[in-house]
Amino acid sequence: MESIEQIKLRIEQAIPGVILEIIANGSPGNPASIRVDPEHALAVARFLKDDGQLRLDYASNVTGVDWPDKVAQQTVKVLKMVDGVEKEFDAKVETREPGFLEAVYHLYSMELKHGPLVLRMRTGDRAGQTHLPSLTPLYRSADFQEREIYDLYGIIFDGHPDLRRLLMWEGFEDHPMRKDYAEPDDYEFEPTAHNQVLAKARRHYPPKASNG
Amino acid sequence: MADIGMESAVGISAAGDGAGPGYRLLAKESPEEEGRFLEISMGPQHPSTHGVFRMDVLLDGETVVRLKPVFGYLHRNHEKIAEGTTYLGSMPYTDRLDYFNSMTNNWAYALAVEKLAGISVPERAEYIRVITAEMTRLQNHATLMGFLLQDLGAMGTPLMYAFREREKILDLFEAVSGSRMMCNYMRFGGCRVDLPSGWLEETVRLVDEFPGFLDEFEALLAENEILMARLQGVGVLSAALAVNAGVTGPMLRASGVNYDIRKVDHYGIYDRFKFRVPLGAHGDCYDRLMLRLLEMRESIKILKQALKQIPSGPVIDPKVKIRNFKPKPGEAYGRIEGPKWELGFYLMSDGSASPYRYRVRPPSLINLTVLEDLCIGQKVADVVVILGSVDIVLGEVDR
Amino acid sequence: MDERLRSELSRQGVVAIKLETLYNWGRKNSLWPLGFGLACCAIEMIAASMARFDLSRFGAEVFRPSPRQADLMIVAGTVTKKMAPQVVRLYNQMPEPKYVIAMGACAISGGPFKQGYNVLKGIDRYLPVDVHIPGCPPKPEAVIQGLMLLQDLIDGQKLTGPGRPRFLKKGEPSDFEVPIEGAHDLVPPYNAAVWRPCKITIDE
Repeated sequence: MESIEQIKLRIEQAIPGVILEIIANGSPGNPASIRVDPEHALAVARFLKDDGQLRLDYASNVTGVDWPDKVAQQTVKVLKMVDGVEKEFDAKVETREPGFLEAVYHLYSMELKHGPLVLRMRTGDRAGQTHLPSLTPLYRSADFQEREIYDLYGIIFDGHPDLRRLLMWEGFEDHPMRKDYAEPDDYEFEPTAHNQVLAKARRHYPPKASNG
Repeated sequence: MADIGMESAVGISAAGDGAGPGYRLLAKESPEEEGRFLEISMGPQHPSTHGVFRMDVLLDGETVVRLKPVFGYLHRNHEKIAEGTTYLGSMPYTDRLDYFNSMTNNWAYALAVEKLAGISVPERAEYIRVITAEMTRLQNHATLMGFLLQDLGAMGTPLMYAFREREKILDLFEAVSGSRMMCNYMRFGGCRVDLPSGWLEETVRLVDEFPGFLDEFEALLAENEILMARLQGVGVLSAALAVNAGVTGPMLRASGVNYDIRKVDHYGIYDRFKFRVPLGAHGDCYDRLMLRLLEMRESIKILKQALKQIPSGPVIDPKVKIRNFKPKPGEAYGRIEGPKWELGFYLMSDGSASPYRYRVRPPSLINLTVLEDLCIGQKVADVVVILGSVDIVLGEVDR
Repeated sequence: MDERLRSELSRQGVVAIKLETLYNWGRKNSLWPLGFGLACCAIEMIAASMARFDLSRFGAEVFRPSPRQADLMIVAGTVTKKMAPQVVRLYNQMPEPKYVIAMGACAISGGPFKQGYNVLKGIDRYLPVDVHIPGCPPKPEAVIQGLMLLQDLIDGQKLTGPGRPRFLKKGEPSDFEVPIEGAHDLVPPYNAAVWRPCKITIDE
């Protein structure tokens, strides 16, 4: 298979207006991925599937990833007027990088037996703009996997023939695989033999002095 | 009694749990359609022993009109738990994905991590991995044939034969890893412990005796007129649909597509062994069943070669860090040809001790994409047979 | 009864036995399990009924597909919150006397998947369990031992008096409440009539 830069060039030649970005992979020996903008994703996928040299006809894996908002705190020096004199103060400034949800596609070719090409799509943010185009009309294998991403992450795939929850029940309201999911608090204490061992061991140590 | 009218095995679904209160398979609500079609829910507890799986089936008499599978009854949150555990801590969970083939699950995960961190594996460990993986393939295919025949109605006997062979292989797994099913044997950079003394001789004996069992099975099954009448022409999967739907493994090869990851990805040391990839001609249930028999014979060939060539040496790279394992940030996708089909692990690391994203490519789930296509137009009894020939395991579907 | 009288009678071909013993002997040696495997433990349960370990020696060979014909439910495998209502429904459909074996760590208390958001931390939150078989998965020999424990339990059940089992007492429920799938969790998270969380007894 050709290198990822060549593939990027050819896609840009074939589909005008597409915005592509190569995302490097920190792990050596593993392929980098191409990020596609959602408007042209279906056209790009069709190109990759029909192109004579690539023939990527097999979507092996469709994953969702959650990137929460990144909050960075910085201390900056600010000038303020105090009693008519300019003084420098330290102020904490919070910079918030908005997070997003991502869908990652691993594409292989069964005909030419090469691959993978890793395709990524990002949503606008994690709350209101979570729509992405569905590649199910092209790759039937994405059918259940995109439903699972909808179920667990909350990305809404436009164009999916049957977008319902897959693994959780229909009345469920959360998206459990998100990083900020709060699981139901139903942990109860269960005594084990270890507790007796701990109780026995405690007798050997002086009790902690209580703070008045 | 609390729920009158809610039958369990094959019965009428009152409110469609899991598919929403109001969700009906009937597209039209016209009176003729209502009176003509019967909507039943097969599962989640039903006698065909594939686990807790449910199919909403719309029937016109006995013929299937629509079929929607419902999953999630065994969703055990493996991926979420893995984000909170270390890389090594997820290894026992991979055993429980496809609970028949724990050795190959372990290998797939170890392969993905080795790709991520760039770890190499010593020779002896590679041979042990191939030997255990091919033995797993043998017991999986034998068990599958037993279960499929049980679904056809041969209550118990072929399954007993298959389990007889499976017990011999599980004894060897217990000797090497300590557990029959949940072996937890592979590590990043090799295997956990070396083989006990006498293990290789026992395996050689098993491999020499196994073709006898295969001949017995083949003599009983290949020309069996009940099998031929019930399986030939049932659930035909075309090659184009199989490729597009991401079907892999024996189900894909039964439709005539030559894609075996052992030959495509050249992972492990499979390049050193001479073996063929059997292909089917029709893509029906009969092809899928007999293909597995042929694959077992190829596995025996690989085992014979591997058992002859296995060198001595370390089974794990001594420089590999097992505790405090923190791979550099990056991502990797490692996949193997498991006995059922392609099992892949997609790992994203952010430099800490737990993965940022841990994803199991669920092969059984993806192979079920075509279940509806295969079953439309068939009789209800064939649905069970088609599901049996797809060879799913619910631990993998739901993770 | 005097032992000499009993042996004298049996030499004449007359067997003297309590009705209770006969009743329990018949029931314990013909337990019919419901064919109900959830996850990996199901495979070990199947292996226990196969030729090598052979559960049919103990009378439990006939795995019934329908709960109406079964009297033993072996909950083998992880019970998820999506599946829990169906498990309780199946239990309610079984006729009395019925028994539950929780097989494997997942059915006892959630097992290795305890942290999961969809995992029910033990089937005994909704059903009364008679025998717990620990293990992950328990070997088929352990399953057989669990079954033998259940047989001993049945053997010791009385027909009359305050110690008699639930199905002989008027007013004791044989159906249990089926949980509903709520927006975030099952409603209720556990059945208070069957299970209560432990009070903490070690000082923190």
